[in-house]
Amino acid sequence: MSETDALDSVVSQPYKYGFKTEVEYDDFPRGLNEDIIRMISQRKGEPDFMLEFRLKAYRNWLTMKEPTWPNVDYPPVDYNNIIYYSAPKKKPKLDSLDEVDPAILETYEKLGIPLHEQKLLQNVAVDAVFDSVSVATTFRAKLAEAGVIFCSISEAVKDYPDLIKKYIGSVVPANDNYFAALNSAVFTDGSFCYIPKGVACPMELSTYFRINNEESGQFERTLIVAEEGASVSYLEGCTAPMFSKNQLHAAVVELVALDNAEIKYSTVQNWYSGDKNGVGGIYNFVTKRGICRGVNSKISWTQVETGSAITWKYPSVILQGDNSIGEFYSVAVTNDKMQADTGTKMIHLGKNTRSTIISKGISAGQSNNSYRGLVKIGKKADGARNYSVCDSMLIGDQCGAHTFPYIESANSTASIEHEATTSKIGEDQIFYLQQRGLDEENAVSLIINGFVKEVFKELPMEFAVEATKLLSIKLEGSVG
Amino acid sequence: MLQIKNLHASVDGIEILKGINLEIKAGEVHAIMGPNGSGKSTLSKVVAGHPAYEVTQGEILFEGTDIAELDADERARMGIFLAFQYPVEIPGVSNSMLMRQAYNAIRREHGEEELDPLEFDDYVHKKLDLVEMDPKFLDRSVNDGFSGGEKKRNEILQMAVLNPKLALLDETDSGLDIDALRIVSNGINQIKSSDKGVMLVTHYQRILNYITPDYVHVLKAGRIVKSGGKELALELESQGYEEVEEIR
Repeated sequence: MSETDALDSVVSQPYKYGFKTEVEYDDFPRGLNEDIIRMISQRKGEPDFMLEFRLKAYRNWLTMKEPTWPNVDYPPVDYNNIIYYSAPKKKPKLDSLDEVDPAILETYEKLGIPLHEQKLLQNVAVDAVFDSVSVATTFRAKLAEAGVIFCSISEAVKDYPDLIKKYIGSVVPANDNYFAALNSAVFTDGSFCYIPKGVACPMELSTYFRINNEESGQFERTLIVAEEGASVSYLEGCTAPMFSKNQLHAAVVELVALDNAEIKYSTVQNWYSGDKNGVGGIYNFVTKRGICRGVNSKISWTQVETGSAITWKYPSVILQGDNSIGEFYSVAVTNDKMQADTGTKMIHLGKNTRSTIISKGISAGQSNNSYRGLVKIGKKADGARNYSVCDSMLIGDQCGAHTFPYIESANSTASIEHEATTSKIGEDQIFYLQQRGLDEENAVSLIINGFVKEVFKELPMEFAVEATKLLSIKLEGSVG
Repeated sequence: MLQIKNLHASVDGIEILKGINLEIKAGEVHAIMGPNGSGKSTLSKVVAGHPAYEVTQGEILFEGTDIAELDADERARMGIFLAFQYPVEIPGVSNSMLMRQAYNAIRREHGEEELDPLEFDDYVHKKLDLVEMDPKFLDRSVNDGFSGGEKKRNEILQMAVLNPKLALLDETDSGLDIDALRIVSNGINQIKSSDKGVMLVTHYQRILNYITPDYVHVLKAGRIVKSGGKELALELESQGYEEVEEIR
């Protein structure tokens, strides 16, 4: 096997989640206008404030322009040719899975996310979002005992309107950017988590997003609020069938951490990335932001981005509370014709705030992988500290890796460190490992595994396993 | 064990080895000496199977099998080990992980059961003393941030763990201070045995004060120009490579 073949077989595992489930849909007509937005709001039985929020966002969106600054290239998206609401016809009953279309349950089973009570993942509560709606949320009763609210955002809008009204759009304003505005106008579902004061969430919370409908976009919205002294670890997974058309995924995630609260948000993104020639795949245009509103609070983003034709996302932290901590750990893998422009923003406002950025980009094929990050230190952020590491690994000679670090400091007591490296998987490294007896494929896996280790160790166990599999890396246990 | 017959090899179209003949039997230590650019390191890389080098003529027989077309990993699993002149850094991969995977790959090849991480841990700890290495080295990334001496000791540790039949030591003594040289040499001496062959590539005579060669060969411009016993090394030391005359 030549060097290139071995590399290819490691980074180009066939997409295993590309099947489509046959279900009957309740689709809205294509296109976007105020009537469609009213229909979405009405279909979901939303209170008036939500409709107002949507309409305001829509009117803002109409005045905005799609950003062109990311280092990605794609034909213009026809926003009037997208179905903005697509729900499987059989409506699920809230507390029972009996009413969920068996084909959908089977879909999640195939994805390794069983929703049946007897087969539930150990100690992980799952909210399953299928196209535009949440079809099931597991372990709700157990979480409720601890006072934790974990439900679809649609239910939350109806059942906890005060909390939603207070927090939605408070971190990512409806007019924040083009895609956030679009999401605010048309979001259809997503997850809501509320961890009350002093509660450490007793299990991992997880949302599993699945786009099934070829013609629809997915616009989900996630809101997580950790009250004083609360803590939670949240996981997000995503897959989609293989279609030759591009599909739009424009999500918004907002995190709020009050005094001494801690939120850990992990993503393994495996949307369909298109075929070898760049046909099809998801446009993943996502706005994720958290605010450490309280003192000593902490928000940590870990992302493993292995899919999507185009990724545009910058999970960020606003460090408002004194002594608060923001972290960003990222592995972004691109192959074939994939394009990724991803990174983070750490906005230091409070005193002695600290942030860490560890970004690992792996580019193969003819892909383009950019890190874009901003570290901003406000005037009052005395003693703020940032440490950033951006490493890029190139596989082959037709791909690109780029780093765009931006630093803005308005406070002379701040300390900012930035390290960046670019390496190529070298013939010498591979030869060294082969000389020790490892075959070429294992040698490459081991090198990549080593490269991403710093990020993968931040992932919760279940996800680390999935992510490791995704990179086709053989981890033979870590004892020794 | 190793028979090299009329070996010609080139890299990027430039011929480096121009007809090497050499036989190493089990239990023998052969020192390959020569000036810079003579092809000493190339010879060890070609025997180990570095993909950048092309064998254009001749044979490399290992235990009777021509290995010239085999991949480096296949040769390694047959029992050929190369201690690198410049050991490669592999960030994020722990020493013990690499050694266990390599050791188990070799065991699999021979139909032996693999060691689990705990069993391997016991096994590898016993080898640490050979090169006076702290167990902490096992958890560190392969050669990452190691000093020159630590890297060379690490090569010998790997050799002790993988227990090869043929050891190719490529300038293992270069860049070592006298203590490190002693430690590395002691390690090699303890590993070598009547069933192993050693090819020791070196520019200097000093490592041969610690490891006694059975044969010394002088390489010049891709050919072995002189062979002799251990006294040849001393001769070279006093006269220099320039003085060695062509023997054919």
